[in-house]
Amino acid sequence: MKFTMTSALAVLIVSAPMAFAGGADDDVLSIDGVEMTSKVAAPPALAETGIDTAISGWHFREDDTQAMQTDSFDNPAMLAVERAADVWNTVEGTEGKSCATCHEGPESMQGVRAVYPKWNETAGEMRTLAMQINACRTENMGAEAYKYDGGDMTAMEALITVQSQGMPVNVATDGPAAEYWEKGKEIYYTRYGQLELSCASCHEQNYGNYIRADHLSQGQINGFPTYRLKNAGLVQTHNRFRGCIRDTRAETFSTGSPEFIALELYVASRGNGLSVEGPSVRQ
Amino acid sequence: MADNVKPRVKVPSSASAGEEIVIKTLISHPMESGQRKDSDGNVIPRSIINRFTCDFNGENVIDVTMEPAISTNPYFEFTAKVPETGEFKFTWYDDDGSVYEDSKTITV
Amino acid sequence: MTFTRRETLAIGAGAALTAMLPAAGFAEAHADLEALISEFTGGAETGADGVTINAPEIAENGNTVPIEVSAPGATAIAVYAAGNPTPPVATFRFGPMAAAQTASTRIRLARTQDVVAVAQLADGSFARTVANVKVTIGGCGG
Repeated sequence: MKFTMTSALAVLIVSAPMAFAGGADDDVLSIDGVEMTSKVAAPPALAETGIDTAISGWHFREDDTQAMQTDSFDNPAMLAVERAADVWNTVEGTEGKSCATCHEGPESMQGVRAVYPKWNETAGEMRTLAMQINACRTENMGAEAYKYDGGDMTAMEALITVQSQGMPVNVATDGPAAEYWEKGKEIYYTRYGQLELSCASCHEQNYGNYIRADHLSQGQINGFPTYRLKNAGLVQTHNRFRGCIRDTRAETFSTGSPEFIALELYVASRGNGLSVEGPSVRQ
Repeated sequence: MADNVKPRVKVPSSASAGEEIVIKTLISHPMESGQRKDSDGNVIPRSIINRFTCDFNGENVIDVTMEPAISTNPYFEFTAKVPETGEFKFTWYDDDGSVYEDSKTITV
Repeated sequence: MTFTRRETLAIGAGAALTAMLPAAGFAEAHADLEALISEFTGGAETGADGVTINAPEIAENGNTVPIEVSAPGATAIAVYAAGNPTPPVATFRFGPMAAAQTASTRIRLARTQDVVAVAQLADGSFARTVANVKVTIGGCGG
């Protein structure tokens, strides 16, 4: 019996077991009583995909996982946010500065997460939030760069992200961003690894279905950084990308690589209009 | 002492006399179970918080014996009586002898 | 990719064998569990009424499974995960300032298994209940 790749995927993705209902659920996501936009009419980046609604990954999780995100006290990611709030006020580096020296309180970061990755005109590069944090540290504070996906970095990202919670994701894809966006799109639709799977194979064509026992989401990144129960810690967008590509049995790109920066911009644009939800809680 | 151990507690700031309140606690701790191995195949020694207590004005609310099966960043939710204005005291005991404390006052 | 019928059967048999293997370990864990419960109860019989466990039927990840135990009037509730390498999870002792003998926490479950709660009730007797939690193994890095 010959398997085509399509039928191999069909075998991999089993129909929903009896105990599960397929698809996204209809629950409402409120965090500390503030309602999030967790479903929104498809933004332009989803044109020609056949998807009419961008849906947060929250809707694909079990009730108990969902509940942990609805109260900021119950959300273990907030421990990292509190830790980063202390770091925010801590002077580091040769310039005698802390984050607070230039930016006052962390609340000044409101809106920042929503528009990253963002083109930086002065540097002439597309910057993720992690890159911007490290640029501040090395260029303005004279401090050492954080490891791109280390615990200090994800905690600081979480602190900055939570300031934008509830605001719509709104990354720019035009002007100088356009070429990065095109590159990210190309990666999104490229089949990688021995399993020959693209991002789209699972997250565009099969969201709502099960891959073994995992309920596939649309792969939206509005909830990142996310507290992953499996890791009992914060996971960054690029960590998740790396995990996905590894699972296709491919050599993956590294966190902070040009490929993942482009992919992050493209994937973020597929969720333009969804609320910034991070730090979220996922399985 | 494990790195970055930070307790968080959630207690209402006020209550009426005799009211029953809900208390939540969360503390950052890896809760190393003693079951895992490092990349060289050596067992990573157990290092957990093994006891948590909450008292109100010196009288006990709850006393929990904790085993390695408690998740990373231990979380507890329980209820307490508040007969009068006073102070809740929270104490976590680490395997390594460290003690982490927090307290919250409540006004009746 | 080509699978012959024979290969497919071999794969199936292998899977069935793997599925059966944990059963032996499971029975052993249950024997340990009974000894541990006897330690807690002092060997007393356990009734069925007076203690409840609220746990998810399906846990998306065994690392962090929320549970709630409750036993009105109880002095203590002990929780065990029968299928973990070491079954004890926690023992909650309620003091005079506890409003209700209820507590919630998040626990680790190594695999699909029974979570057992044993309460020492107000009259000194013991009650026992069990909840089965299915721990799913995802397709995406577990």
